[in-house]
Amino acid sequence: MIWRLALLCLLAAAPLRAEEKVVAGLSQARVSITTDFEGSEILVFGAVKRSAPAPVEPPLHVIVTVAGPALPVTVRKKERRFGIWVNSEAVEVDAAPSFYAISTTAPLGEILSETEDLRHRISLNRAIRAVDIGPTKGGPAPFTEAVIRIRREDGLYQIRENTVALTEDTLFRTGIALPANLTEGDYTTRIFLTRGREVIDAYETRISVHKVGLERWIFNLAHAHPLVYGLLSLSIAIAAGWGASTLFRMLRG
Amino acid sequence: MQIYLPIAEVSVNAFLLLGLGGIVGILSGMFGVGGGFLITPLLFFMGIPPAVAVATGANQIVASSISGLMAHWRRKTVDLKMGAVLLAGGLIGAALGVAAFNALKQLGQLDLLVQLCYVLFLGVIGWLMLVESVIALRRARRHGAPAKRRPRGWVHALPFKVKFRGSGLYLSVIPPLLVGAAVGLLAAIMGVGGGFIMVPAMIYILGMPTKVVIGTSLFQIIFVTGFTTLLHAATNYSVDMILAVLLLVGGVIGAQIGTRLGVKLKAEQLRILLALLVLLVCGKLALDLLLEPAELYSLAAPAGGRG
Repeated sequence: MIWRLALLCLLAAAPLRAEEKVVAGLSQARVSITTDFEGSEILVFGAVKRSAPAPVEPPLHVIVTVAGPALPVTVRKKERRFGIWVNSEAVEVDAAPSFYAISTTAPLGEILSETEDLRHRISLNRAIRAVDIGPTKGGPAPFTEAVIRIRREDGLYQIRENTVALTEDTLFRTGIALPANLTEGDYTTRIFLTRGREVIDAYETRISVHKVGLERWIFNLAHAHPLVYGLLSLSIAIAAGWGASTLFRMLRG
Repeated sequence: MQIYLPIAEVSVNAFLLLGLGGIVGILSGMFGVGGGFLITPLLFFMGIPPAVAVATGANQIVASSISGLMAHWRRKTVDLKMGAVLLAGGLIGAALGVAAFNALKQLGQLDLLVQLCYVLFLGVIGWLMLVESVIALRRARRHGAPAKRRPRGWVHALPFKVKFRGSGLYLSVIPPLLVGAAVGLLAAIMGVGGGFIMVPAMIYILGMPTKVVIGTSLFQIIFVTGFTTLLHAATNYSVDMILAVLLLVGGVIGAQIGTRLGVKLKAEQLRILLALLVLLVCGKLALDLLLEPAELYSLAAPAGGRG
């Protein structure tokens, strides 16, 4: 993990700075997707642990990010050709998180430097990796921007500045709303403390999102025994069609 | 009531799905179309991934088609012999269609071809049906008796003639085989049952009576879409059982209502309605191609799944 190394370097390079550590917890570390799953609100809370009195300047800020599993995405662009709109250029983004939320105590640009953002991959632009992009008109930027724009509209990417409540420079808390259309997997939750646009401490934990019960059973069956699953789906369809027809005939007398 | 779909991995309103299934079921029972050309785009609008929408749509069509077929079966408006010939052609066509589908996928622009196919076929068929039905309806009003439609001369000139008692036809097996194959081919490429192409083809090319056409096309559709469902489940894991159950509960009830409505309406009126419906879907798809989309970019999972 690059950021861990970076953090070590940072701590080694600044031994004079009063040490501040982040201690954090989550209201739940597991999210179970059931049939009536409608999304989930997770409370991220914590405190800053100090060995010396807190410095007054520069002010302390907190950034909380939650990232879903990173998956490759194909982004296609439509262009007008012969009077109709067709897909022309396509770009494969190597890894884009299926979900990403950033909560901060102040606008991100004011509390985090470009270098630190690059190192820890905190902002949305940095969270998306697009390394191997072929030659495109206007470069890869419009394509990664499109991923962010489309997913923000779907509520999958959230930028919520000024939503972390920081009390007495010590206690902080924020709520992260996970939407209903979640992908299964581990959701990496990171908490950064910053002073003077530099990251002074970071904490990482995971929220595990998994299907349970009927959802789990259906998903497993579909992947482990696809033919059985297909036949079962088909039998349900045939039985339902037959059943409804018979029922309606009985109702008519 | 929101419900989470395990394969599609999205949460949708259960009643919306029941209603959607119901509407498609009514159309299926009335017109003998599977409704694939409606249900797939509608599911897509609801945020269901396209691959899941296509595969689960096929499963739902099996249910509503069986429900519709049973109703027609009891009224003896199914020509089994004709259905079997169409099915034989259909399976050959579908096999060719899947091969063509994969070849086009490698060339890219498959989506565009599918869309153009939709616009072209829906447009031509819808327009022809509308014109012919309006003329027939006017003539029927004037003379008080429906005009008899006759198949064209070349259809009668072909060899291997067989008696199709259900349809009251003495016809060569070649035209129904070809119609079945053409429909199977298009159905595989376009990812639908193909009823909306087959029904007009049976009426205008084979000269079958409208009442028999619907039951017979449903018979063929059941086997083709059933096969498609299995294929999708086995290769793409894209059939969502919970989505299918919700759609088919609405669908089978709708199909029963549709069949009853179909009996009450006159054959010519029925065809005008179907023509208008086909033209409506065609118009929507054509507009999507012609107008500048609000969002020029689209996201898709790489490899596998159609977008």
